[in-house]
Amino acid sequence: MKFTLSWLKDHLETDASLTEIVDALTRIGLEVEHVEDPAAALHDFKIARIVEAKPHPNADRLQVCLVETGGEGLVQVVCGAPNARAGLKTVFAPPGAVIPAKQITLSKGVIRGVESNGMLCSGAELGLSGDHDGILELPEAAPVGLQFAPWAGLADPVIEFNLLPNRPDAMGVEGVARDLAAAGLGRFKGRKITPVPASLSVAFAARIDLAAGDSHLAPAFALRLIRGVRNGESPDWLRKRLTAIGLRPINALVDITNYLSFDRARPLHVFDAAKVKGDLVVRRARAGESLNALDGRVYALDEEMIVIADDRGPQSLAGIMGGADTGCDEATTEVLIEAALWHPANIARTGRRLGINSDARYRFERSVDPAFLLPGLELATALTLEFCGGAASDIALAGKIPERDHRIVFFQGEVTRLTGLDLPPSEITGILEHLGFELVYSPGNSDRFVVKVPSFRPDIEGPADLVEEVIRIAGLDRVASRPFARESAGAPAPKLTPLQRRVRTAKRALAAAGLVEAVTWSFISHARAEAFGGGAAELSLANPIAAELSDMRPSLLPGLIASAQRNADRGHGDVALFEVGQIFFGEEEGDQKIAAAALRQGLAKTSGAGRNWLTGAQPADVFDVKADALALLTALGVPTSGLQIVPGGPDWLHPGRSATLQFGPKTKIGYFGEIHPRALAAMGADGPLVCFEVVLNDIPVTKSKPTKTKPRLELFELMPLQRDFAFVVDRSVLAGELVKAALAADKALIVKAEVFDVYEGPGVAEGKKSVAISVTLQPRDRTLTESDIDAVAAKIVAEASQRAGASLRG
Amino acid sequence: MLYDGGAIGILPIMADLEDLKTALLSDIAAAADESALEAVRVASLGKKGSISTLLSGLGKMSPDERKTEGAAINTLKEAVAAALSARRGVLKDAALEARLANETLDVTLPVRPHGAAAGRIHPISQVMDELAEIFADMGFSIAEGPDIETDDYNFTKLNFPPDHPARDMHDTFFFHPDKQGRRKVLRTHTSPVQVRTMLAQKPPIRVICPGRTYRCDSDQTHTPMFHQVEGLVIDRSSNLGHLKWILEEFLKAFFETPTVNLRFRPSYFPFTEPSMEVDVQCSRKDGEIRFGEGSDWLEILGCGMVHSNVLRNCGLDPEIYQGFAWGIGIDRLAMLKYGMPDLRAFFEADVRWLKHYGFRPLDFPSLASGLSP
Repeated sequence: MKFTLSWLKDHLETDASLTEIVDALTRIGLEVEHVEDPAAALHDFKIARIVEAKPHPNADRLQVCLVETGGEGLVQVVCGAPNARAGLKTVFAPPGAVIPAKQITLSKGVIRGVESNGMLCSGAELGLSGDHDGILELPEAAPVGLQFAPWAGLADPVIEFNLLPNRPDAMGVEGVARDLAAAGLGRFKGRKITPVPASLSVAFAARIDLAAGDSHLAPAFALRLIRGVRNGESPDWLRKRLTAIGLRPINALVDITNYLSFDRARPLHVFDAAKVKGDLVVRRARAGESLNALDGRVYALDEEMIVIADDRGPQSLAGIMGGADTGCDEATTEVLIEAALWHPANIARTGRRLGINSDARYRFERSVDPAFLLPGLELATALTLEFCGGAASDIALAGKIPERDHRIVFFQGEVTRLTGLDLPPSEITGILEHLGFELVYSPGNSDRFVVKVPSFRPDIEGPADLVEEVIRIAGLDRVASRPFARESAGAPAPKLTPLQRRVRTAKRALAAAGLVEAVTWSFISHARAEAFGGGAAELSLANPIAAELSDMRPSLLPGLIASAQRNADRGHGDVALFEVGQIFFGEEEGDQKIAAAALRQGLAKTSGAGRNWLTGAQPADVFDVKADALALLTALGVPTSGLQIVPGGPDWLHPGRSATLQFGPKTKIGYFGEIHPRALAAMGADGPLVCFEVVLNDIPVTKSKPTKTKPRLELFELMPLQRDFAFVVDRSVLAGELVKAALAADKALIVKAEVFDVYEGPGVAEGKKSVAISVTLQPRDRTLTESDIDAVAAKIVAEASQRAGASLRG
Repeated sequence: MLYDGGAIGILPIMADLEDLKTALLSDIAAAADESALEAVRVASLGKKGSISTLLSGLGKMSPDERKTEGAAINTLKEAVAAALSARRGVLKDAALEARLANETLDVTLPVRPHGAAAGRIHPISQVMDELAEIFADMGFSIAEGPDIETDDYNFTKLNFPPDHPARDMHDTFFFHPDKQGRRKVLRTHTSPVQVRTMLAQKPPIRVICPGRTYRCDSDQTHTPMFHQVEGLVIDRSSNLGHLKWILEEFLKAFFETPTVNLRFRPSYFPFTEPSMEVDVQCSRKDGEIRFGEGSDWLEILGCGMVHSNVLRNCGLDPEIYQGFAWGIGIDRLAMLKYGMPDLRAFFEADVRWLKHYGFRPLDFPSLASGLSP
């Protein structure tokens, strides 16, 4: 919203400076974004008179002028304007001035051999008009040597503020003035509007033709006919104001509607009555109808849209834009001025659908003051008669202007309760009254009163809104900050939930394993979602911002794979990435989970990325990501004793190089392995890539113990001892099975069993492999004899044979 | 060898002993290695060695002779033993030096690769941890909610009118309508977590709600996904004064600056009344931003007293309960504090960016150690 300082002073009597006004606007919630002082750009430009103009000796189209500029002597200027002539008063720019339209700094120069000490300016060069055919021609009375801009009335600063959606009243300059007056910046004039009596007797109708249930779409529709108008340029002051706020003056009738839109937040429309066939009717648009609009475009309408139509069809898109066929131009002699009320949501929808952003739409969709419909029409009539003459009819009104009588019971104490600021009662009531609220006191109770909300403040709903009005005008800076006790009786002590702790620990643990944390989009392409087990219809967006960001991700891996590939494409191929974030199995709350996933690419091994002189160049493999997964689970305090690592994983992993992490068939928590070549192809990524993903929500929660005390530490006096076994088994037997067999052989004595060698090749039969395990025995109460140990060893061999078909390697 | 012990039949005289000593000490000194030295020891102190033979001859002597001769021989024996021991030490040292002289490494070769050093925490995670730390100290728990929200929690309960522009497809990501015509949304703010908290928990409430949020917006300063943290306080007495204090304390703690100057401007949000925007005073120089000084005001967050309709929608009586809420962008906080110039880079997972702006895993923010590393 823009206005000029002089415009504001139409409604506000004030001595305040521009700075004071700008500061106050921001302070009371009309945040100033920009102040432009056109005079500032024209500071150096002066009124001058051409004393002599002679042809340039070396150029046909140039003249050499001697110019009186108010300083000592005459200044010689070379000028190309055809209208430069002796005696003409015009605008002179000295060397050093910046030409606004071109942003060029003038300097003294020699033009075709003749010295030139400045410039005589056209309207276009000053940014004042499109006229660049010649230099400005000022009236004879213009005083030579004076600054041009103040003399020309251009010294009117333009203020632009950010309009909050709840302040439709501030869409008019009068509303802004009311706020400033309440804030102590002057006196609100509250200019009275005198109704214009009819001097033309003519029968015409304003009609609303809407179904009974649709009356809210057009509550009121008023027309006034004025005949005998002479439509031409509107007065200079009005044209200047419209230009200052960025509007193009068109003709007096149109300019009046634009002016009142900004002056009083009252949008209006004018029809050339001679071009209207029959009555103007408010109705829904019909399928197939279109409007040839004032912006020169043709809009196809639908039945949700409200139009004002005559016998031929739609002539105006209600509350948004008029039609070209009935528009007013210089030839207009009779005009129908329209003032109406429309439904904000319907206006917003139509405007969006057609892509029209007009000042009328802007106001109607934020709601306009219904009580100002008729005064606005009276004001428009008065201005029309003043500028264009003519005779006005009575007002024809269809529908009913809604009367809003909203009253709020208000306790003065509300201000202190919500803000902590103790204001004197007179200040509170004073502010409300200045803002247009009426206060009705009940006898004997000065603390409580009824507040009648003015019709131009539809945003005021309850007591809290009134507190906001009081505090924004009184000044938020008066609210002192108050220390807040750390403890609040009854509030739960701040402590992370188990899942929050897992998230936080998971990130630190994975970073500590050498992985770099990525944060990738929650949405991915449909094809990629499908390749990783997602792509359900309920998880695809109706309005994605891009086709490749259409589906909620079922896994963190697609994002990580795409990221790794982008890094590889930039020449950083050995990357190890992780992410901890939400994945989506459904749109219900319980189906949105938090996962931790990691991806290793190229030579990014757990032991370090890239080639090195000790171990050479080794690609990251499945055991690197298995290590990451187990490191994560260990960091999370997950008891890995019950953890099962079962061969095979989801479809997007290599079937022979993947495993599922689970505590049982129904408690799967994740997987690790190599990405399947088909999934790589779907991602457009180069393999091999290894990864793991664990769903943090799915890890069973260990019951919190009643005590923080740790269990007693058991230290054995006797030394542990180790025995090694080399078994030969079928190639398909899992090493893990042998370890389990060894551990099961004597649960009391055997505390550890680990694989330390796996071998296939000469010395071991075809289809077989040798697996060597080291078993640790912990004697508890007595030293083990050789025969004790032999007995345990025999049991281990027997278990291994029974469970895994193993035999001792000879 | 000068004397063969077995061949001596006559009593040696003192001069002979001196000769023997000289000869033995010279042999010891000449022994080039441990085996040569051992041969000298066997030849002198061994069972049949020259000195042992002399000693065994003492028995045949008279007591007087034994006294003088015995003492002399023992002196010789001790001298030889000492010389042997000393020489053995010298030879051992020499052998060790010789071995060590061969055992050399190229110490300029790189160390064994150490994977853990490369790990980094994303700035968003780091800032979230910082926020949790600061607000836990002020008594705030962390509340969270789902990214896919109902229209009711994201808009209706927060007092958004049915035709509010935020509900437009241009601003909000919608899912396809279900059979009842209800459309879920990707939450546009973390405010629905306020609703969930108020519905689930009786006041007093003090929570912060950090999380991912989404809007249909993408340009240099907007990404369709971003992060927000909201704060919510509900009790029977908290007012704007307390809100001001909390925001001042939070910003001082977060930016690790002794003072911040805030400017509160009236504003509008559907879910708060009165509503405010907060600007923080700052100065900018060479891309660095400093708070508590300067002539610029930077808009940093929105806040206000929780709207009575919101309280009512969440089952709380606005005549009994009151409180305030605020919201601020986490990504933006990270940019302001740590100086990343471009929001979009946060989500591109460029390892060069992550290694530069990321944090080491053990740089865990805590009030005891200081928030930032």
